Amino acid sequence: MGMKRRLSNGFIQAVLAILAIGWIMPLVWVVLMAFKDPNNPNSVTSLFGGLMPSLQNFVDAWQSAQFGMYYVNTIELVAGIVIIQLITTTLAGYAFARIHMPGRNIIFIMFLLQLMVPVSALIIPNYMTMQNLHLVNTKWAIMLPYFASAMGTFLMRQTFRQLPREIEEAATMDGAKWWQILWHVLLPGMRPALVAFTLVSVSFHWNDFLWPLIVTSTPQTQPLTIGLQLLTQMGETGAQWQMICAGTLIVVAPLLILFIIFQRKFVNSFMQTGMK
Amino acid sequence: MGLVQVGSPVVHMPRPRRFTRRAWQGYLMLLPSAVILLTFTIWPMIIALYHSLCLQDSAHPVPKFVGLANFGMLFHSHLFWQVMGNTFLFIVATVPVSLVAAMILAVMLNRRYRLTGFFRVALFHPTVLPLVSAASIWLFMYTPDYGLIDKALSAFGGAQLNWLGQPRTAIWAIIIMTIWKQLGYFVIFYLAGLQGIGKDPYEAADVDGASAWTTFWTITVPLLMSTTMFVFTIAMVDAFQLVDQLYVMTQGGPDNGTNMLLFYIYQQSFTYQNTGEASALSVILIAMLIFVAILQNVVDKRVHYES
Repeated sequence: MGMKRRLSNGFIQAVLAILAIGWIMPLVWVVLMAFKDPNNPNSVTSLFGGLMPSLQNFVDAWQSAQFGMYYVNTIELVAGIVIIQLITTTLAGYAFARIHMPGRNIIFIMFLLQLMVPVSALIIPNYMTMQNLHLVNTKWAIMLPYFASAMGTFLMRQTFRQLPREIEEAATMDGAKWWQILWHVLLPGMRPALVAFTLVSVSFHWNDFLWPLIVTSTPQTQPLTIGLQLLTQMGETGAQWQMICAGTLIVVAPLLILFIIFQRKFVNSFMQTGMK
Repeated sequence: MGLVQVGSPVVHMPRPRRFTRRAWQGYLMLLPSAVILLTFTIWPMIIALYHSLCLQDSAHPVPKFVGLANFGMLFHSHLFWQVMGNTFLFIVATVPVSLVAAMILAVMLNRRYRLTGFFRVALFHPTVLPLVSAASIWLFMYTPDYGLIDKALSAFGGAQLNWLGQPRTAIWAIIIMTIWKQLGYFVIFYLAGLQGIGKDPYEAADVDGASAWTTFWTITVPLLMSTTMFVFTIAMVDAFQLVDQLYVMTQGGPDNGTNMLLFYIYQQSFTYQNTGEASALSVILIAMLIFVAILQNVVDKRVHYES
């Protein structure tokens, strides 16, 4: 590597380092804040002032909002959505990739529409539908619109296309049924795409806010994001930042920890699901 | 969640004439997804269109057909144009900046460094944070006097400001926070695009003795064109639909200074029960989203033909 190249490498690293530090500052600040003594006046006036080695703020946050319940709800919602999505997108992706049927292009365009017009743009009519189905303030109302995913379907379609047809044909010759072929022959080759889609979908639905806010009204059905929002609102009525920061960390911790451990996998998954 | 490239072409096979047993299997596999999409994407669009043509609010609970009156009312309302103006400013200020910054960052991150892991975590972590959490964090950042921003500025002798308390700074506070949240997400797609280019064109440029700048302009930017179109579409769709930060940080205020289209729809519908007007707003939003998708499709085809 030439001298010039090495110099520019150093320069780029310096730029990246400054930017990265600036980028991560808000998170660092929240972490510091969550470990500060709410009764110490230095806590908010100085960056490192009033630190205390205790989880008291987390305990307070956990108790002031029903985070236990929100947690269980979020896990149920995300698991429910993603498991159903894996089934519907695999089936639809396979049909689009391998089966010739009249009207396929028209059905395909219907799927395209979901990509262009996401659920959040359709909150009013979808809320009306939930009212008519008597599902308002249930977990079904949060999950149902997401049981199909155009993005997932297209990802699966693309992945099925890359699998060789020969193995499928050989299995057909041996007398295997289509679902046997799908399960035993094709799915193993789909694993990277399924993992990628799962990661992206989990992070999307763990973070979803507007739709749950609209269709639910009690903690029994609401996810963590709503719990955090309620806690943040308490900040305006004088609740302590230390506690709100602890609450924020309670909400972001699972995905953030997963991300820090598996950052390469996460980044690759986002790359893969974004590509055609 | 990101979009799949809308321009991906449907493969044109010879059209099968008969409904074979295999075809019925196919329909059956598509059925679950199709039912959900019909119910929660297609049908709602029809419903929104119908309600946009009806007078329906808290005083008139039963929808009554009024033609385009809702649209007429909107176009004569000062607030509507303020909301559209904010939405436009938000898009113009976030999308191009994010795109250019993301491309440059991706080029820088595409090499291997000792600190690559740290750079990745720092830049990409906002992608996995809920927007609501990011908004809570930035709410503290922007707090007058005690917030990190004011503290940093006062270290340089800057004035203390209530960033979210006045319309002129509030929208910029939201814009900056949104760029912070999204930039890493866009970088990811540019990194994917750069991997698609591979090493060959760069090695050829190296042999020709091209400077880094020339290489960037003549190879990287043109070959990333279809990635740029893709990221542009995601950024546009997101710009129209991100409201969590408005809900948490400003509630559209002060003085509607940060009120934007989707938040306005939410307010009109769920706070004021103006279903008719809110539906007309939804129709406008849907039309703009479809317009962006078609635009991307057209431009993308051109990019493909040229390359």
